[in-house]
Amino acid sequence: MKPSPFTMHRPTTLDEALELLRAYGAKGKVIAGGQSLVPVLNMRLAAPEHLIDITALTGLDGISVAEGSVEVGALVTHRRLERSPEARAAQPLLRAALGCVAHPAIRNRGTTVGSLAHADPNGEMPAILALTGGWVTARGDSGERRIGWEDFNVGPLETSLEPHELLTSATFPALAPGQRGGFKELTRRTGDYALAGVGMILTIENETMTGLRASFVSVTDMPVVVDLGEAVAGVPVAAADSAAPAVAAAVEACVDPVGDIHATADYRRRLAGVLAGRLLEELAQPPAGSAQPRDSLAPAEGAA
Amino acid sequence: MTVAEPHTTLRLNVNGISHTVEVPDRRLLSDVLRHDLGLTGTHVGCEHGVCGACTVRFDGAPVRSCLVFAASAQGHEITTVEGIGRDPEHPSDVQQAFIDCHGLQCGFCTPGFITTIDAFLDENPNPSEDEAREAVSGNLCRCTGYQNIVEP
Ligand SMILES: Cc1cc2nc3c(=O)[nH]c(=O)nc-3n(C[C@H](O)[C@H](O)[C@H](O)COP(=O)(O)OP(=O)(O)OC[C@H]3O[C@@H](n4cnc5c(N)ncnc54)[C@H](O)[C@@H]3O)c2cc1C
Ligand code: FES
Ligand code: FES
Repeated sequence: MKPSPFTMHRPTTLDEALELLRAYGAKGKVIAGGQSLVPVLNMRLAAPEHLIDITALTGLDGISVAEGSVEVGALVTHRRLERSPEARAAQPLLRAALGCVAHPAIRNRGTTVGSLAHADPNGEMPAILALTGGWVTARGDSGERRIGWEDFNVGPLETSLEPHELLTSATFPALAPGQRGGFKELTRRTGDYALAGVGMILTIENETMTGLRASFVSVTDMPVVVDLGEAVAGVPVAAADSAAPAVAAAVEACVDPVGDIHATADYRRRLAGVLAGRLLEELAQPPAGSAQPRDSLAPAEGAA
Repeated sequence: MTVAEPHTTLRLNVNGISHTVEVPDRRLLSDVLRHDLGLTGTHVGCEHGVCGACTVRFDGAPVRSCLVFAASAQGHEITTVEGIGRDPEHPSDVQQAFIDCHGLQCGFCTPGFITTIDAFLDENPNPSEDEAREAVSGNLCRCTGYQNIVEP
């Protein structure tokens, strides 16, 4: 289908964009890569009267790795962030999860900040912003504000961003020394939205596991970070497999998936647990592999 | 009652040629290519980014033309399947390989495969089979079963 009529605006400066948002924000929408918004418009699930295309703005396309974090400008595509060696070195969770976001042709156009603004509980990046304790930066009528992930996500597909505000960047804190990060998900076909996905940060001191936190894709209705430290505390890294069942059980107890045509709620819950156990075992492997991307598993057998 | 909907005059660079079109603001790049410029090689299957038939090269990178408004394509270089290979008598290597290897049957998906593979091989001229499969994982084909597409 085709979208219903609207007026397209294409500002070239941030001030101009903010001006347009002030005038039309309530009746309009920002469009960045359009990889979430255009399908919504094509299917007529929304009919904004104005679109404000931000892709001609300058100065919002930087990736800066400094002060223990990775700051990603609003126009950085998934693909560019995925390919940044600096971003990957500072926060390997970015690359690990970005490789699971849709297909390359979607990642070539879709922005990481746009996917945070879209706040889809089936999206990988909101879970990664939460897991890393990150924040977004917004500009609007009252200047600039920084919004922590807990305050930014208020519901499925819902954020605390005001209609007159534009996100200018998102910041993902880097891994601290002694931490390892990984991501794993299961999809029916490569590039599909996950049936279930798990991101984890494991903390290791003196060859012993001392902390573990996780966040999830497709099995919670908005990003949550769960502390699984109790299930691993004091266990030697070399014996991580002995802690995997407790981790899996703890995950199954805290996620709350919804069933649909692709998978029942129970199956998704079980998957989240199994993926969490396997991811823990992978993260416990010798550090040579700790910076490696952990891609999605092969598609489920017999998948359509 | 009809209300005139917003139109804009756009300058688009397609296959190295600059075009000027006056179109409704809501017109998708895929529709401008097909309807306004007559470049019907770009096919439209799903209009929500899933099938890959509408894939064009956007500043070199494969992108879904059904998920880009024409207005947003201004200032960028678009290459459609018509811009790959010199003319129908002189196909590109990728196009020739599809012919030689029986990589198509009905041909509906083919333009999207050609644009995607053309861009992929520019970056990675000697891919492994796994890399080749991954590269076309976002393109659906209802006829070939994919084997003959991966084998070229
Ligand atoms: C076939 C297909 C498969 C996909 N699979 C996945 C997947 O597996 N995982 C996944 O996470 N995503 C997936 N996506 C979505 C993709 O990741 C999108 O690129 C991303 O969600 C949105 O980024 P965008 O730049 O395209 O945003 P847009 O579509 O332009 O915008 C999305 C929303 O965010 C708002 N917005 C965007 N930028 C800003 C800003 N700077 N300030 C304020 N508001 C803003 C818009 O108003 C809109 O409401 C898929 C998409 C398609 C078409
Ligand atoms: S028509 Fe664009 S991806 Fe299907
Ligand atoms: S050849 Fe018919 S869809 Fe691919």
